[in-house]
Amino acid sequence: MKNEQPVGRIRFMDQQRVNLDGFAVENAELGLTALRSPADPAPSLVITDGRVTELDGVPEAQFDSIDAYIARHGLDLAVAQEAMALSDLAFARLLVDPAVPRQEVVRLSGGATPAKLTRVLAMLRPPELVIAMTKLRARRTPSNQAHVTNRLDDPLLLAADAATAAAFGFREVETTVPVLGDAPSNAVACLIGAAFGADGVLIQCSVEEAMELELGMRGLTSYAETVSLYGTEQVFTDGDDTPWSKAFLTSAYASRGMKMRVSSGAGAEVLMAGAEGKSMLYLEARCVALARAIGAQGVQNGGIDGASVAAAVPGGLRELMSENVMAMMRNLESCSGNDALMSESDMRRTSRTLPIALAGSDFVFSGFGSIQRYDNMFGPSNFNAEDIDDFLAMQRDWGIDGGLRTVAPARIAELRREAAQACRAVYAHLGLADFTDEHVELAVDAAGSKDLGETDTLAVLVAAQAIRQRGLTVVDIVAALDECGYFHEAERTMAFAQVRLSGDYLQTSAIFDEQLRVLSLVTDPNDYGGPGTGYEPSPSRQREIDAIRQARGVADLRAEQAQFSVPLLAAAGPARPGQGPRDVVIGVSPAVGRDVWRCLSGLVVTDVLREMLAGLEEEGCTGRVVRFGDTVDLGRIGLAAARLAGSGIGIGLQGKGTALIHRRDLAPLANLELYSVAPSVTPELYRLLGANAARHAKGGTPDPARNPYSDEAIEARYHTTVIALMELERRRMVPGALPEELSLEGLT
Amino acid sequence: MIRALSGKVVDQLTVEAVRSGEVGLADLRIHPETLERQAVVAERHGNPQLADNLRRAAELTGLPDDEVLAVYEALRPGRSTPAQLTEMAASLAGRGLPRCAALLAEAAEVYARRGLSA
Repeated sequence: MKNEQPVGRIRFMDQQRVNLDGFAVENAELGLTALRSPADPAPSLVITDGRVTELDGVPEAQFDSIDAYIARHGLDLAVAQEAMALSDLAFARLLVDPAVPRQEVVRLSGGATPAKLTRVLAMLRPPELVIAMTKLRARRTPSNQAHVTNRLDDPLLLAADAATAAAFGFREVETTVPVLGDAPSNAVACLIGAAFGADGVLIQCSVEEAMELELGMRGLTSYAETVSLYGTEQVFTDGDDTPWSKAFLTSAYASRGMKMRVSSGAGAEVLMAGAEGKSMLYLEARCVALARAIGAQGVQNGGIDGASVAAAVPGGLRELMSENVMAMMRNLESCSGNDALMSESDMRRTSRTLPIALAGSDFVFSGFGSIQRYDNMFGPSNFNAEDIDDFLAMQRDWGIDGGLRTVAPARIAELRREAAQACRAVYAHLGLADFTDEHVELAVDAAGSKDLGETDTLAVLVAAQAIRQRGLTVVDIVAALDECGYFHEAERTMAFAQVRLSGDYLQTSAIFDEQLRVLSLVTDPNDYGGPGTGYEPSPSRQREIDAIRQARGVADLRAEQAQFSVPLLAAAGPARPGQGPRDVVIGVSPAVGRDVWRCLSGLVVTDVLREMLAGLEEEGCTGRVVRFGDTVDLGRIGLAAARLAGSGIGIGLQGKGTALIHRRDLAPLANLELYSVAPSVTPELYRLLGANAARHAKGGTPDPARNPYSDEAIEARYHTTVIALMELERRRMVPGALPEELSLEGLT
Repeated sequence: MIRALSGKVVDQLTVEAVRSGEVGLADLRIHPETLERQAVVAERHGNPQLADNLRRAAELTGLPDDEVLAVYEALRPGRSTPAQLTEMAASLAGRGLPRCAALLAEAAEVYARRGLSA
């Protein structure tokens, strides 16, 4: 049998980007199954004398270290019996029932085993997951976290980018390094930069534990989240930790006043060939139960590095979102993933993130790449700098708060400059490194580290070592900012170091707002209970969400059009009926030559008229231009023009560039030729329209024009401009106005 | 009134104080009483485990950084024998860290059974 090539339709489909993604056949043995596996245990909980003696089918003597920790610390035995007795269906319905408050779900979940919550969550369909997340997240106000990194660990660029991220509204900034030794420098650069962008931004430098803890102890960073948990004992041990070592580390962070959450999520065990045939959701249920048991305030989950593993199996995206909801059920902060590019397809990666953005989470992304993909040293996030405008538009489209806001381009420029200059000044003041003026300029303007050219990466490493060896702390940074004249930022950084000492931000889901107030489970509890309740952006926040920088109104368009006005098309008295058989009238709309000067195609109206007049002339006809002030309707303008013309043929032209040929005996909505796609009409086509009008006038055969075709979203691009242009036309309309002849001076 | 580990009241931690060299690292460290207060808040908000964690943290405020890291290292798999963990637990208990001690004692028992000891 010959190996036949697929037909063109399939070859074409094969070429689409989604087919770069890997899709796995479901295979429970390998753990390649999202929500359920034959090897998942049936939920069970036996309590003997106040002690858990069986957990999800495993008797106490056989508890592995994860079971043992959960059994001893993770469950509320007072509600266990009640919770475990609930049917999966009845439990699942509690998650979406608006009459059941969040606290009730949290209370019952406290007594539910990992296998129980797995089965309950597997029952929720996607819109139910959205409702559950809306209701169950701990903090009322959603927020977002940014990645700020670059390939070079360049401090000036990090400072400029941290300022940018803070200005965009991210409340946490997470950095990391390609070169471990650079970590202290990255932390300092982000700390300085963020202080320019906004008050109260939490900084994290994700590196190995000892270094991360050290940076936190010195006040250079303020939270940690890459403390990993795994769902099987083998993988946990391979990760060189145990539940007890992680519990201790959790306390160690808190003892130095640092906020901390753990990381887990689907796919990690599968990738390490250690899933033991269990479903991804069940393994994560163990992680989340353990996170609660060790006293972490929150969980970063929803796949994380393994997100694309979950996405490769059926129902994988449901699984990822279920992980987040599970953390919320256990009364923990959810930092909801979306931080790894899970597909080559823009549609698939949007589909992955959208439901979480709609529901709102404590952190919609556990790292939105605020820098370009190539600069993201965590690996590209699901959304990156390439997508910030998309995300801002999505917020506006749905009227949701995803934590971001528009910043005026001039403000971004100013902040980047201040942050880069301050970073340079602090590094120089502390004797860490000397950067040139040119370097500052490059960092301010850079869209990414590739725009910096060659930099001295060794200088960064030397600076980082100096920060470490000299034991520099946030106090030294405050002093340096102060002495370099950055008083406001010194105050801001000091105020932040001060409020940390209250410990309020160690509570679940805590962030600072820009007045340095803590928003958390305690101070800003989610009170969703159906429509009309729960978080709603304040009117000022809503304006922030709505006011994307690309939005245009009629006034903007009027100003833009005015830039193209020329002293042509002067009114030259009332228009009279033409006599000659070769007289053709070009009728234009009310605002042409007054407020409207440029068509959607970018051609100016006078050039369009020149082409039409030239086309008429080529075919031996004479054109006149007449403005009709009593209608904006192109058919009526064209017909009125035809009725004025000696030949009985008229051309109608709206200021936006739509044009047609009309004849005096046709109905208004009929026409001989129409250019309907104004943005795509070329000068040649306008000339052809003139020539064809002349051919009609002479009774000859026109050369039919083909409307240019485009596969672009022409309507999305131009409809708002059309509406504003038509408004300019309408405002110039005077009912009963008589047509006026316009001067051809300068046009022929 | 919130105090830093050093005992200094947080309101005194100003840029002015930094300028005159009066602020050190201990002034930026959280006070155990603050952690205890937060533990009470966590309990009241349905998270006794977070409360336990904050109370262990309160104990650890008194332990130097390198010792904290040493205990963490000892708890990692294959690093310590059950006897070493038990001994370390006793030492911590004797120094006023009973909750941390209990965590280590429990680890010693489970590690022995699950082969996580040295």
